[in-house]
Formats: sequence, C-alpha cells, structure tokens
Amino acid sequence: MLLYGLKRVLTLAPVFLAMSAVVFLIVHLVPGDPIDHMLQIGASPERRAELVARYGLDRPLPLQYLTWLVRVVSGDLGEAIILKRPVAQLIAANLPYSVALGGLALLFSTVVGATLGALAAYFADTAFDRAAMATILFGSTVPNFWLGLLMILIFAVQLGWFPVSGARSWDAVVLPVLTIGLGGVALIARVTRAALIDAWRQDFVTLLHAKGLSRRAIFARHLLRHALAPVVTILGLKIGWVLGGAVTIEYVFARPGLGSLLITSLAQRDYPVVQGCLLMLGVGVLIGTLLGDLAQAALDPRLRERLA
Amino acid sequence: MALLDVRDLSIELGRVQPLDAVRFTVDRGQTLGLVGESGSGKSLTAMTLMGLLPTLRGRVRSGAILFDGRDLARLPDTEYRGLRGRRIALVMQNPMTSLDPMQTVGAQIDEAARLHLGLDADGARRRSVETMERLRIPSASAMHGRYPHQLSGGMRQRIVIAMALAGDPDLIIADEPTTALDVTVQAQIVQLLSELVATRDLALLLITHDMGVVAQACDRVAVLYAGRIAESGPVADIFSAPRHPYTRALIDCIPREGQPRGTLVGIAGQVPGLVSYPPGCRFAPRCPRAGADCAAVRPPLTALGTAQVACLHPLDAPQRGETRDG
Amino acid sequence: MSRVHPLLRAAATPLGGPAAVYLVALIAAALLAPWIAPYPYDAQNLAEAALPPSTAHWLGTDEFGRDLFSRILYGARISLGVAVSSMMASVAIGLVVGAVAGYAGGWLDRGLMAGVDLTWSFPEILIALVMIAILGPGLGSTAVAITIGYLAQFARLSRAQIAALKGELYVEATVALGASHAHVLFAHLVPNALTPVLVAGMLAAGDAIVLEATLGYFGLGAQPPLPSWGAMMSSGVAQMFIAPWVIVFPGVAIALTVVAINLYGDALIDALQIRNRLRER
Repeated sequence: MLLYGLKRVLTLAPVFLAMSAVVFLIVHLVPGDPIDHMLQIGASPERRAELVARYGLDRPLPLQYLTWLVRVVSGDLGEAIILKRPVAQLIAANLPYSVALGGLALLFSTVVGATLGALAAYFADTAFDRAAMATILFGSTVPNFWLGLLMILIFAVQLGWFPVSGARSWDAVVLPVLTIGLGGVALIARVTRAALIDAWRQDFVTLLHAKGLSRRAIFARHLLRHALAPVVTILGLKIGWVLGGAVTIEYVFARPGLGSLLITSLAQRDYPVVQGCLLMLGVGVLIGTLLGDLAQAALDPRLRERLA
Repeated sequence: MALLDVRDLSIELGRVQPLDAVRFTVDRGQTLGLVGESGSGKSLTAMTLMGLLPTLRGRVRSGAILFDGRDLARLPDTEYRGLRGRRIALVMQNPMTSLDPMQTVGAQIDEAARLHLGLDADGARRRSVETMERLRIPSASAMHGRYPHQLSGGMRQRIVIAMALAGDPDLIIADEPTTALDVTVQAQIVQLLSELVATRDLALLLITHDMGVVAQACDRVAVLYAGRIAESGPVADIFSAPRHPYTRALIDCIPREGQPRGTLVGIAGQVPGLVSYPPGCRFAPRCPRAGADCAAVRPPLTALGTAQVACLHPLDAPQRGETRDG
Repeated sequence: MSRVHPLLRAAATPLGGPAAVYLVALIAAALLAPWIAPYPYDAQNLAEAALPPSTAHWLGTDEFGRDLFSRILYGARISLGVAVSSMMASVAIGLVVGAVAGYAGGWLDRGLMAGVDLTWSFPEILIALVMIAILGPGLGSTAVAITIGYLAQFARLSRAQIAALKGELYVEATVALGASHAHVLFAHLVPNALTPVLVAGMLAAGDAIVLEATLGYFGLGAQPPLPSWGAMMSSGVAQMFIAPWVIVFPGVAIALTVVAINLYGDALIDALQIRNRLRER
C-alpha cells in the first residue's frame, strides 16, 4: 500500500513541475517586462536591482524557473504589489477559510449525494427515483454563482436566516457550503446510483441471492462497497471542481479565502499574488487527486497490484 | 419419497415459455444430470428451483416443485429465502464472476455459515477453514484471507462449493460447474462433487451440456431439449440404449478413444429459438426418424423400460447381445 | 432502423423535443436580436432605473435603466457566440491532436497526451483564470480560455476512437495500397471518430456557457457595457436588495439553455447509439 502511494507521488511529480512551470511563466508571457509585473509603478532602481538579484532575472529562463521553484518550495512566494506584504503571509491567512469551505462542501456533497444515489438505486425505476434524479439534474446544471446569489436572495435577504456575506460568524459558512455542495450532490448521486445499479446486475449478486440473503442485506453488506469505489474515483477526479467552486463562491459571498484573493488580485494585476494563489490551488488539486487514488486502492484490492 | 420432485413445471418469461411441463426427480445420495445444449433452458431451471425467477421477471406458470413434500412453485420470497443456502444451494458456472471481488473468499464462506447456522465470527471461520481443507484447498487458513482475483479458476470454484456447503444443505444445484474451467481441473471438480454426494448423502442436480461429465458423475440423467424433457432414466441404461433420437445423437457426439480422424459427429441444424418453437415435437425438424405425425402432436413422456421417453418413434430396445458399438 | 436523420429523431423524444424547440428559438432570437429587441442594450434611462417587470419592460430594468429583456437577447449573442466558437475551436484542435496521438503511438502519443493530461487534472475555471492572467480580461481571453480548458476531453476522446480504429483491417489495406499516413488518418479515420467528439463538444458547450458567465460575473470576461449573461449579474449584485430580477432572469436564461443542451444532447446520444463510445472520456 505504501509502495503504491510512493509510486503515485512519483507519477504526479512531473505534473507538479509542469503546472508550476506554467504558473511561473505567467509573468513572462504577459506583454511587458516581467520586472514591471512584480513591482509597483515607480519603484526605485535599487528595488529593481534587488529583485533581479533575488530571482536571477538576468539569467536564462530555465535557470530563472529553478531559482523561483527553489524559493517557492522554501516558502518564499514573493511580495504582493498592492498590499506590500509577503505573498506567503497572505496565502497563509486566507488558506484556512478555503480549506474549511472546501472540506465542508466535499463532506456535504458526499454524504448527501451518496445517500440520495443509494436510495435512488434501491428504489430504481420508481417515482421516487425519477423525481430525485430529475431534481438533481436541474440543480447541477445551473451556474453555481447564480445558485449562490439565489441562496443569498432567499435565505439571507428575504428570510434573514443567514448572513449575506463575509465570515464573521460560524453560520456564514452554511450558504456557501450548500451552494458548492448542491452542485456536487448531483454528480455523486448519479455516480452512486449508476454504480449500484451496475453492481446489482453482476453474477455474484445471483449467488448472494442463492445464499439466502435478503435484498436489503445484499445492498447494505455487499453493494455499497462496490459503489464506494466509483464514488471515490469521481471525487478524486473532480476534486478540482470543489476548489473551482470554492473560488467562485468565495467571491459571491465575499468570504476571505484563496478564491477571493485570486479574483481580486487578477483584477488588480497583482501578479505575485496571482501566481501564489494559482500555485496553491494547483497543489491542492494534485493532493486531492493523490488522496483519491490512495483511497481507491485502499478500497479495491485489485488496484493495489497495478502500477497506476 | 424423492427429495426433489419436479412435476410438469412450466415457466413464463415475458411472452415466451422456456420450460414446458418439465418432469424429473432427484434423491438423496444421488446425482441427476440435466443435459441440454445452450438455449435448452438449463440455467433457467436452476434459477426456477432456487426461486429466483422473479429477478429475471419471470414466473411459474403451472406445475409443482416438491421439495421434501413441500410445493415451492408458488412460495412467497420471504419463505423461499429460508430455504436458500440452508437446504438448497447453488453452484454457478463462472467462478470468476460469481464471487464478490471486494471480499475475501473466506469472508464469503463465513457469511453463509453465520447466516444459516448462527455461528459467531470465530466459529464460522473455523468451520470454513475445515470445509476448505476437506475440499482439498491447500493452505486453507492462508487462503481464507485472500481475494478471488488471487486464486485460480479451480480454486475459486472450490470456494463456491464451500460456500454452498456452508449451510449444510440437502440439495445442491450445480449449473455447469466445470464449463469455465480448464479440462484438467474439470475432472477434479466433478470428482469432488461426487465425493460430497456420497459422504454427505446430498442430492445433486448437475446441469451440463457435456455428456461425458454425465457419464462420469451421474446416477440418472434427464435430457432437456428446447424446454422439454426428451428422455430421462438411469445413466447406464440410457447410455447403452438411448431411446430418444436426440439422446442418441448426443451420445454419438462424444469423441471416443481411437476414433479415426474426421469422424467426429455433430447434430445437424440448430436448437430452435425461444420465439420460434415448431409445433408438435420440437426436435422433429432435426430428427432423422421424424414422421408426419411428429409435427402434429406433442409426444407425451411415457415409460419405456427403465426410462421415460417423449418420442413417437423411439429407437428400438437393443436385442440381447447387441451393443451400441456393434 | 429508421431512416430519419438522428438529429430529428432526437428531437422527436419527449425530453429532446421541447429542448430542441427551445434551442432553435434561442438561436433565432440571438441572431435576430438587433431587429427584435425592443430597446438597444446600452440605452440608459436613469428615470426608469431598477423597475420590476411591466408591459413597457417585460423583464424589468437594471440599475441604469437599461431594458433587461433586450440585454438578455443581446446577451444570447455574446454568450452563445463565445461558447459555440470556442467549442468549435476546441473540438477541432482536440480532434486533430488526439487523432495524431492515437495514430502515431509511441513517444509522439505520450508527449502530446502528457501535455493534454496536464490540463485534464485541473478544473476548467482554474485553467481559464491562468489564461486570463496572461492575456488580461476581455471576451477574447475568455474565448481562448474556454478553448484550452476543454481541449483535453476532446483530445482524449478522439485518441481513444482513433486508437481503436487503427487496428481495423481496412486501415492496413489502405496503407498497403500506398496511401500516406496523413491520408489514412484524415480521410478515413477521423471522419469515423467525428461523431462522438462532436456530440461531446455539444454537451460541453453547455459547460462553456456557464464558464463564460462565471468569468463575466467576476468582471474578467466581457467588459461593460457588453451584456454577456454573466456580466449582467455582476453589476446586479449591488442591486440585489432592491431589484433582484436583475440577477434572476439572466440566470434563468443560462439554466434553461444548459438544461436544454443536456436534454437534447442526451437524446442525440441515444439516437446515434454512441453512449459506450463516449465513455472513454
């Protein structure tokens, strides 16, 4: 199991390098002198010289990348142009909010989605099944920022149950989690339902029947495990979606977090912050993918022997 | 009284009737071979006897399934469940797909024991390992914790048999238990099953398309063609003197030692599809002995010597001194 | 097998029918917007700001007094236009990249797919934001962002189709007859792989519309006064308390469009019977 984990980390390493290279190149691809994208307008020549020295900006590109990478790994993500604070500090301050939001949303999606999907599968082809899946279909196709706005409109403005924005109280996280979560519920419910219905058709289910197990026992004791694997797979694949959702929803609800930080700094052209945020989000996606793969291998014994 | 007495069983699947007035019996300590080509309705028979026809959206149309005197044909599922695994057990064809890939093989055997005998985890494990040893599974204790994909086909089928035995059943229905296995392993499994019948006084319904297996392992045989019994009776008698032309043809298909090249025999034509059964005798279109009356009326199962035959023009009984190869 | 064209057959289903009708109406409305819109999309009239729906303004007005219905009609042009054109570019590029990778095999295959897979693991919105970071905000950047963001799935799908077809006998035969690899690939294999990729592209167009709207909402897409459906909602947040319809209606438009695309697309997949070919995404 451990060996499998190490193998997976090794496969993801090149992806990390490629992603970080792309992030690194952003300041170089934007028209203009890269140094200008890292400094405030009208910065002193001494400041410029300092930056050139620190990042080796007079050296060939691959070397610059390496210098940057080494600094990043040791915790130096540069300095924000507008706020004049170290980017790492800004990210550290905002990260917990994003992690909380993302984590809770993931939990919500998984629990509610899997339950709904399992029920839909158990009662497959009944009115309940069709109604549930139709509602889910509709709920998943709407843009999530619109869903968030509607949530605010109904639950915060009209009913006043929750705060409209910010993160000043614990209940400010409810509507954001619900918004991101509902999008995920659809996906997970669909996958769970499909996996269970698929498993139900397998030969071994006939034998389980022949053993004398009831439909409920077969479902609960055997099939759910079979659905777990595809659900974990889809979670691992779509982990990026949670992060993407978090980015959008933080902005909608004006919550602190990597997402709002990213969007505002994009609008302000504060490239060091943009790079830092994109890098962190990218790493988050990779970690999520890795965890998903490990969970999958833990569940399905057949995967452990395969490479990747 | 026979343990299992199937009387004129007809089933319905959608708009077709895959089994039509099927009749046979199985006794304790005995093996009945149910033989037929693909499409004859063999597997459906197994499913029907296990009461699993509703899962295929089928139902029993008429007839009776007497098990130990009790008619199972119209038994509600909740009561049937009490029988499954406990008194009637099923061994399926493909051990690759009939075991749950996500559970250890041991746990799957344990589950049956715990369900039917109320054993606790340790007791069930001990019993499972014992059974596995008796089925000659090497390093049974270690095997107990392995997953199906780590075992060979033959081993997996032994696990399936162990699972079937876990509830201490009286009747085992084996649906083509050796078809998916290597030839060398087939013989082992067949022998295993025969031993079990003898030592545990089990009744075994062995469903197969292989007459060779029937000759090896069965006491009696029932030949199924297109959903109807063509002939049934003791194996020795049926093999030496088949009365139904189809049975004769099946026996002729078995390759014999020393057979000259190019003389393998088949049966001309194909088994009729479910929706296109011919009127009258269903074998008539392929039968070398068919007469004009064969297409008009369904031949009834009548006793002929030690056998039951459904044919209007059965093969003659052999004269004294005559043998099949003569 | 019916000889009716699959597109029509899909429209004949209970769910696909209304969806198709809606989509046709939407496209017509988008194309005819300059002629059928009651007001210009940028006509401000502060005297009529933030009005609820009425006979004069069917869907109300926004904070600048602009007619919402007209803006939504024009918004259809922008949102659909950007989504569809980006999708077409994405499908075209993905199709070719995947086809070359699938046909060539070996290091070319691995190299191309490594590049493609890089975007595969990351959500489209992040990729889009990276593109915006490089290119700056605007409709053009949005189009590029969408094109690159969805490339991976078309490339993978195309590669799977081509790799499967590559082993067919007729390919060997054609090559043996002296045809160049390029000819075999583009004249024979790609047309066969086209259908699933096109249908996948159609379904992705729905996601693309949402992505464009999201970027517009962030203020990073179409710049004011252009009425992309997303950008309309961005300026409407401040009005949410007094003029919620400014947010609700554009969102309804997006939701209906995406649902219609999904329903019709699903019916089309059934009509073309390519459900299993689409699984290698």
